[in-house]
Amino acid sequence: MHPALQGLITIIIGVGGCVGYFYFSNQLLDKVLFPARGKNAGRNINRAEMIRPWLFLAPALLALGLYLAYPVVETLRLSLTERLPGGGSRFVGLDNYRQMANEPKFWEALKNNMLWLLVVPALSTAFGLLAAQLTDRIRWGNIAKSLIFMPMAISFVGAAVIWKLVYDTRPIDQEQIGVLNALYLWFGGESPQTWLTIPFWNNFFLMAVLVWIQTGFAMVILSAALRGIPEETIEAAILDGANPFQVFFRIKMPQISGTIVVVWTTITIVVLKVFDIVFAMTNGQWETQVLANYMFDKLFRANDWGVGSASAMVIMLLVTPILVWNVYNARKEMR
Amino acid sequence: MDNIAGKKSGLTWAVHLSVLALVLLWLFPTAGLLVSSFRTTDQIATSGWWKAAFPSEQNLILRAASPDSQVQEGNLYVIEGDLFAPGQDAVISAFGVSSRAIDAFQAGDTAPLKKGGEVQVTAQGHYRMTNSEPFSGSRGQRIFVTATTPPEFTLDNYRNVLFDPQNSEGMASAFFNTLTVTIPATIIPILVAAFAAYALAWMDFPGRALLIAAIVGLLVVPLQLALIPLLKFHNEIGIGKGYLGVWMAHTGFGLPLAIYLLRNYMVGLPRDIIENARVDGASDFQIFVKIILPLSFPALASFAIFQFLWTWNDLLVALVFLIDSTGDTTVMTKQIVELLGTRGGNWEILATSAFVSIAVPLGVFFAMQKYLVRGLLAGSVK
Repeated sequence: MHPALQGLITIIIGVGGCVGYFYFSNQLLDKVLFPARGKNAGRNINRAEMIRPWLFLAPALLALGLYLAYPVVETLRLSLTERLPGGGSRFVGLDNYRQMANEPKFWEALKNNMLWLLVVPALSTAFGLLAAQLTDRIRWGNIAKSLIFMPMAISFVGAAVIWKLVYDTRPIDQEQIGVLNALYLWFGGESPQTWLTIPFWNNFFLMAVLVWIQTGFAMVILSAALRGIPEETIEAAILDGANPFQVFFRIKMPQISGTIVVVWTTITIVVLKVFDIVFAMTNGQWETQVLANYMFDKLFRANDWGVGSASAMVIMLLVTPILVWNVYNARKEMR
Repeated sequence: MDNIAGKKSGLTWAVHLSVLALVLLWLFPTAGLLVSSFRTTDQIATSGWWKAAFPSEQNLILRAASPDSQVQEGNLYVIEGDLFAPGQDAVISAFGVSSRAIDAFQAGDTAPLKKGGEVQVTAQGHYRMTNSEPFSGSRGQRIFVTATTPPEFTLDNYRNVLFDPQNSEGMASAFFNTLTVTIPATIIPILVAAFAAYALAWMDFPGRALLIAAIVGLLVVPLQLALIPLLKFHNEIGIGKGYLGVWMAHTGFGLPLAIYLLRNYMVGLPRDIIENARVDGASDFQIFVKIILPLSFPALASFAIFQFLWTWNDLLVALVFLIDSTGDTTVMTKQIVELLGTRGGNWEILATSAFVSIAVPLGVFFAMQKYLVRGLLAGSVK
């Protein structure tokens, strides 16, 4: 069957199935199981009202449970077992973690990930804040914002191609077609550099791609926060003789600190999951490995589910503080 | 806010300049790829894209007509012709007949040929080879020229990448595969999430707060954890790798954000409307379909854009759940990664392929930016 046709049928079955499920299950509840008539009408209505929320929730809960909650538990189990040849598995305790800890590539990935965690959220938030503050003050600010925001729509893979062209290297006797090398030579560099193969620094060239993408996100959120600041506070500061920098750092920054934390943590999570950029640009060569790509490597190249799952659990462990913090805040807000 | 209290900041011009610098910096990389996708292979390889709008000096290797076309003029054998196609306004400054001295002669000069005879090349690319003996061999004489060519843009790259059936890297089928993945994966979660969000927003039942907290938690669970368990699960229930699996995976991964966004929006809808409808005897199902769903359109649109961008741009989920060893179901992101590996230097193919895949999300982005921003503001956990 042609995939497009299959897609169309899936849409019809999916959407029709959903609507049908919700409609008929509600009908069943109201008309057959607990009809709102007869001598038990009152009790029946109450019972139906107790069950109905779960009818509405059931498909979503099923999907969430199967596709997100169950994998967390199953990955934990897999990380503690070893696949035996010919099917089946054996409990091996922490062996997978021990094996992983003995691999230099894992420590390289962890170290690089920490570097990413420091640099990308910090730079994205800083550029985003700068862009938000500056564009809020000028008439063509909205156009500027939309252009800085644009990389958000570009895939990591597309961004990888875009930046590979920036980092391109040609032999010294030819004209450089990568901007970075052209600038480097123009400013007196001796010979063109292959930027992505210089250990340690190449990490930063990869990070630039993510900063470029995430700055727009930070800008949009922070710009809304800046606009939410009550004008009286700024007016009062200006009347008291504060200069623009003082207004920004002493008056505005403290009032949007909550939003800055939100932006920072959101980008942190993106960084922890970053895979496509490294996969497409260096594939972890030249000491640029990161955890998500290390994991993919273990799973699908080395076919080692144990160590792969163990490294996935490391990512989960790094995400957990943010998860707890978000849940804590969400509950506080609801009260 | 500069004019508050009647003061105009003297920094205004600095602000304009900094914003301009920032915008240019952010546009520059993308512009490079876009411009490159309209240039010819030779142009991309010999000059930076930022010089595309100016005439460029290139070293070209061209070939004169083959000896078959020689004519006899008196006692001279002559091959005559033009190095450039008509309409190509290149100007030659220097030329040579050996790869070791490619600019040995000025345009208009006459250069001796190694095999006997001589050749004259004019600045416009007209050449005249003369010899007292007949020219031999089957291929034409190589002529190296240093030429200034006017800026030139072409759609050939797009024609090759999209429509050439000979082109094994054809993006056309990958484009349709991506579309096939994206549309069901965008539509299905919306409906599932909308019902759940309604229950979480407007129905009272024990455990509701706990469920909302769980969904906030699931928002950040890295999808890396789901790869093996779900691949195993898909293999066990017999769908293996394929569209069905990737649709289900995208639905599952998209749900937390969908439910979260929609619930936050629905909670904000006016209570009166819903209670009036209840008093008038509407069932929850009717309230949902007739009142909540139409009123929630902005939130639905926000999520739809997110999900569309995310599924269109996704590589990991497609790699794991969709693309099997036959490669028939490859998506554009995977195709581009493949090109990066095998054709890393062929920028005309890479740039064009990348732009084909970027164009659709960019269009959606600029058309529906309002909803995207609204969704971002609602979706970042406060």
